[in-house]
Amino acid sequence: MPEIEPIVGRYIHFPVDGTSYRIYFEEAGQGIPLVCLHTAGSDGRQYRHLMNDSSVTGCYRVIAFDLPWHGKSNPPIGFQDREYRLSTRVYANTVMSFCRALELNQPVVMGCSMGGRIVLELALVHADELRAVIGLESADYQEPWYDTAWLHRPDIHGGEVCAAISSGNMGPHSPNEYRWETLWGYMQSGPGVFKGDLYFYRVDSDFRERVTGIDTSRCAVYIMTGEYDFSCTPEDALRTGKKIPGAKVIIMQGLGHFPMSENPELFRKYILPVLDEIAENTNPPT
Amino acid sequence: MALIEKLPELVNNDEAFVRRGRFLTAAIKIVVGDEEYWVGIKEGRVVTVECGPFLMRSCDIVFRASAEAWAKFWERYPPPGYQDIFGLTKSGEAEVSGDWLLFMQNLQYFKDLLQAPRRLAAEVWNA
Repeated sequence: MPEIEPIVGRYIHFPVDGTSYRIYFEEAGQGIPLVCLHTAGSDGRQYRHLMNDSSVTGCYRVIAFDLPWHGKSNPPIGFQDREYRLSTRVYANTVMSFCRALELNQPVVMGCSMGGRIVLELALVHADELRAVIGLESADYQEPWYDTAWLHRPDIHGGEVCAAISSGNMGPHSPNEYRWETLWGYMQSGPGVFKGDLYFYRVDSDFRERVTGIDTSRCAVYIMTGEYDFSCTPEDALRTGKKIPGAKVIIMQGLGHFPMSENPELFRKYILPVLDEIAENTNPPT
Repeated sequence: MALIEKLPELVNNDEAFVRRGRFLTAAIKIVVGDEEYWVGIKEGRVVTVECGPFLMRSCDIVFRASAEAWAKFWERYPPPGYQDIFGLTKSGEAEVSGDWLLFMQNLQYFKDLLQAPRRLAAEVWNA
């Protein structure tokens, strides 16, 4: 018999700030909604291992959607005449609009890298709609370490340079198979999309002051960062966690900037206890 | 350093490596502490490795770090922050200078080239 995975993909239409979007999402499992946000310049396939893990899908409905401009979610009509630049407002509104469109009850939102940044904003502004947030490779701010202008210009192959920029930010023990699958996502990104995501990450999301307002009694906060992440470093994660009373910070040994996709076996050893704790400490969905 | 002098066999015997660099012809300098190496690349093959000092010899890109930093970088499993040239440049332990357009056009090739000596430590992890 051929192997058929339990993951199911569908499209949903909803507006964000007056613009209509056709959004692709995948899901597997039943129980507490767990909405997963991909990294900049990639798409929801990064979470395929989590969606195939029966230890997770037994009590979580794991859902990963592609942001507009990413993966199988189209850019808006007229995209060819504008430069893509993600903002904090649009990103937060897109995530919450998705949750509301699917009528998710008190979801957990987990995001990686820029997804790990936006969950801090969600915990601050939308605490009462969320059960918890998990920031992977997450911090309130990070020092830039390259010029994003190199990511989108006609004399450099965008897909190859986006992948190559990211290629070394993984743990050296991560299996080659998953390392290159992670990079394949970057190679497939649309022109200028990674750069446009990094506008949010670099320019529009300095949360060093804002995170102090997060109330973890209303929305639990977990920050999980790989020791090999030199982009969003363990020091960045620890600094951020110190500003949020009640936040739990976990440094993941052996992992880099893409824990869920670069080394899924190792990642599950860190994420399963966190998901168990969230399930035990929060009320069951009604 | 013997490790760099092994670059021709590490690269040229790897068909996929050479294929990825088939449009690249360049000269680079790798500076390891007080020692410098001039590496000539032609259509993806490493055709020359010379140990300096060099007087007034130009090159396209220079990669410079201390011998200690390169030693960690070339470990089979480097410590955190030493697994990628950008980790070293971010921390200030390495410097890249020269033709940035050429570097970014062939970024994965240059990363693989710099990391190739790790294969002498043990099996490939980033070929």
